[in-house]
Amino acid sequence: MDGKHIARYALLTALAMTLAWLESLIPVSSAVPGMKLGLTNLVVVFALERMSVRDAAAISLVRVLLVSLTSGNAYSFAYSLAGAALSLAVMLPLKKTGRFSITGISVAGGVCHNIGQILVAMAVLGTSRLVYYLPALLVSGAAAGTAIGIVGGIVAKRVRLA
Amino acid sequence: MDIFLIAGVLLAAAVLYLLFRPGETGAWAVVTIDGQETARYPLSQDITVTLGDADYNILMISDHAASITDANCGDHTCVHTGAVRRDGEAIVCLPHRLIVRIEGGETPSVDGMAG
Repeated sequence: MDGKHIARYALLTALAMTLAWLESLIPVSSAVPGMKLGLTNLVVVFALERMSVRDAAAISLVRVLLVSLTSGNAYSFAYSLAGAALSLAVMLPLKKTGRFSITGISVAGGVCHNIGQILVAMAVLGTSRLVYYLPALLVSGAAAGTAIGIVGGIVAKRVRLA
Repeated sequence: MDIFLIAGVLLAAAVLYLLFRPGETGAWAVVTIDGQETARYPLSQDITVTLGDADYNILMISDHAASITDANCGDHTCVHTGAVRRDGEAIVCLPHRLIVRIEGGETPSVDGMAG
């Protein structure tokens, strides 16, 4: 791995952390547990389009770890790791099929992120009653995923990597 | 292909909504911490109580609805959730592993109150 590659990793990870912080300032996205705009997914979408599937996964997981270390606790770590991991587990194979645009992949990622978080919430709280949040989480995940996918696609097309 | 994916997600959301939508107006606000029921309050009686000690959530029952008005958890998801009143609805505080869920049943008399 050359220096340019490492610098690019660092830059994108820092950007993802900044976006996570920015998102935490938007209170409306947290009225339903697990509901998120998913701004950090912009970085994952960008990496998927312009770098590799492996790069996208690495940046996303390092971001989750660093954000939890700096501003979270064990529960928020489990919560966001589940979201990021499930989202990656679905986005990466979809990307590899080559049949979906980046918007479709982003939608799948957004929806799975929300599902992952609510599953952890159900496990932590020991109740399955939270399933009634799922419809709201699916719709919001699809809407946020569409927006992030469109914006991420434009950014990925325009940005020139040195 | 994208459009099928999005349509599939929305269809799943619609089906789940029909299966799990909240029911009629509830009667009780049931507090569960760490999977254990710790208290239940009738929605018919306005009160404000502090749940927990060091990790606290302030539960307010007013106008047949329950809400968390303040808490010292990190994310304040419970506060942002707002008021719940229908059978099956819930307020969740993940950091404190607390749920306030609404249950239906008989409109409780003051004698039947616990907690």
